[in-house]
Amino acid sequence: MKDDRSMKRERFTPVTYALLAAGLLLTMILCACVGSVRISFQDTVIAVWNALWGRSVPQGIAKNIILNVRLPRVLCVTLSGASLSLCGAAMQGLLRNPLADGSTMGVSSGAALGAVIAMVTGFTLPGSAYGGMMVMAMAFAFGSLVLILTLAYALDRSLATGSIILIGVIFTMFISSIISLIITFASDHTRSLNFWTLGSFSGVNYDQARLLLLALAVFGGVILRFSPELNAFAVGEDNARHIGVNVKRVKLIILIAVSALIGVCVSVSGTVSFVGLVMPHIARMLTGPNHKRLLPASLFSGAIFLLLADLTARTLLSPIELSIGVVTSLVGAAAFVVIFYRTGKAR
Amino acid sequence: MLQGSHITVRYGDRTAVDDLSFHLREGQWMMLAGPNGAGKSTLIEAIAQGIPYTGTIEWQGRDIRTLKPAQLARCIGVLAQKNAVGYAYTVEEVVGLGRYAHKTGFLSGECEEGKAQVEKALEMTGLTALRHASMLTLSGGETQRVFLAQVFAQNPRVLILDEPANHLDLKYQQYVFTLIQSWLKEPGRAVLSVVHDLSLARRYGTHAVLMDRGKSVSQGLVADVLTPDLLSWVYEMDVCLWMRDMLSQWESR
Repeated sequence: MKDDRSMKRERFTPVTYALLAAGLLLTMILCACVGSVRISFQDTVIAVWNALWGRSVPQGIAKNIILNVRLPRVLCVTLSGASLSLCGAAMQGLLRNPLADGSTMGVSSGAALGAVIAMVTGFTLPGSAYGGMMVMAMAFAFGSLVLILTLAYALDRSLATGSIILIGVIFTMFISSIISLIITFASDHTRSLNFWTLGSFSGVNYDQARLLLLALAVFGGVILRFSPELNAFAVGEDNARHIGVNVKRVKLIILIAVSALIGVCVSVSGTVSFVGLVMPHIARMLTGPNHKRLLPASLFSGAIFLLLADLTARTLLSPIELSIGVVTSLVGAAAFVVIFYRTGKAR
Repeated sequence: MLQGSHITVRYGDRTAVDDLSFHLREGQWMMLAGPNGAGKSTLIEAIAQGIPYTGTIEWQGRDIRTLKPAQLARCIGVLAQKNAVGYAYTVEEVVGLGRYAHKTGFLSGECEEGKAQVEKALEMTGLTALRHASMLTLSGGETQRVFLAQVFAQNPRVLILDEPANHLDLKYQQYVFTLIQSWLKEPGRAVLSVVHDLSLARRYGTHAVLMDRGKSVSQGLVADVLTPDLLSWVYEMDVCLWMRDMLSQWESR
C-alpha cells in the first residue's frame, strides 16, 4: 500500500537547538544594544563579558546602562517569555485545546489580583522584597485555574471547545474591574493599573531575574519531565487513562506548576498576554505536536518573541515607552483569530 | 482472571448498571450484548476506572481500585468506542503511547522489546505504510485501527473492546475480528467486548452476557445466551426472523 500522507517534518536535532540558542543569544545582545542610548555591539559584549568574569569594566554611561538597566531587563524578559510560552504549550496539551493560555483562561489576571492584594495590604515574606506578592500571585493563579476549570467542566467535559476561553475572558474582565477598584481606593501604590493589566518590564532588577530563573528551573523542569504524559493528554484524556497515565495526579501537578510559573511572571511584570498562546503554535509548526520537542522549542521561541516585543515597546515611540502587553496583544489577537478560525474549520 | 461482583453505576437518579456480576476466564471471548442504553459501554467505563461505581472488580483476586494506573494498564487494555486526536501526531507516535505503562523510572528510553512491540502492532493492523501519516488525515476506520494497534503495543493480558468494528468496513471488520481471535490463542489472555452485531457476537464469542436496562438477563456460553427466545424478549422484536430476512437477501438470485 502506497500512501503519500507521510509528513515531511523538519528534523529537530541538536543542530536545531544550537541554532535556536544562537538566535536567542543574538536577540539578547541586540536588545541590550538598542534603546534611547544606542551602544555599540562591541561595547555591550565587552561590558557583559567582563562583568561576567568579575573583571573591571571601563567606566562610562555604557557600563551603567548595560549592567544596571538593560541587562537585568533583557534577562527578565528572556526568562518570562520562555516561562509563559512553556506554560501555554503545557496547557494546550493538557486540555487538548489549542486556544488555552494563561491570558485567555484568566489565570494571569487571577495572579495579578493576588499580587495587587499583597501590594496594598503590605503582605511580605521575610527575606525577599517580592516574596509576598509572588506567593499571593501563585496562590491566586492556581485558585483561578481551578475555578475556571470547574466551571468549564460543568459546561463541557471535554474542555476542547471555546467555552473555557469564554469563561476565561469574562473572568479576566471581572478581575480587572476588581483590580481597578482596589487600586483606586488604595492610597499608596507603587504600581499602576496599567502595569497589572498590560505589563511592563521597566525597572526590573537582578533579584527578580534570579527569582524567575529559579521558578523556571523548578516548575519548568517539572513540566518538561512530564512530556510523555502531556503527549497522552493531547491525544485524549480517556486514552491517557487507558494507557496507564495517573490522570488525576499528573493533571494536578502540571496545573500547580503552570500556575506557580505564571504567578511568578505576573508578580514581576504584570500580565503579558498572548505569549503562551502564539509561540507554542509557531513552535508546533516547526517540531510537530510531540512535547519532547515542542516544549524546548516553545521555551526558545517564547523568549525571542518577548525580547522583540519588549524592544518594540521601548523603541517604537521613543522616548515614550509602550506597555509590552500592547505589542503582544496586537500580534496575539490576530493570531488568536487565525487559530480559532483554523481549529473551527477542522472540527 | 477478571471478576466483577455486584457492579452498580448510577448517573443521578438513573441506574445505568444494576448489580451486575461476571467472571472472565483465560481463553474466553466474552461478548456484551443488549439493546441501546442497556449499560454495556458504562460497564466497560467502570472496568476502565473511568467512572465511579459500587461493588468490586478483581484482577486475579485483587481489587483493581488498589492497582496503580500503570499496573492496571499492563493487565487490561481498553479500546474506546470513539477516538479522535486533536493535534497532528503521527500514527507511530500514537501507537508508541501504548508503551507508556511499560516505561519504568525517570528518563528511561524505550527498550528494544518495546520498539519491537510497536513494530509488530503496526504490522498486525496493516498500518506500517501509514506510520508517518498525521492522525488528522486519517479516515474514521484508520483512526480506529491506530488505537487498536496502540492497545496491541500495550500488550495487556485482557483486551476490553467497546465496539471494535465501529467505523470499519466489512473487509477490516473481518480482518480485525480474526486478528483478535488469533491474539487470544496465546495462553493467559482473554477478551471482553461490546458488539452490536449479533451475528459477529455469535460467530466469534465463546461466552456472552446479555444485558437489558443495566441488568444481566442471562450469561454463559454464547449458544446458551444469544438464543432466539431471549433475544426476542430483550430486543422486543423477532430477532431471528429479522436475521433470516437479512440472509435471504443473499440467497435469492
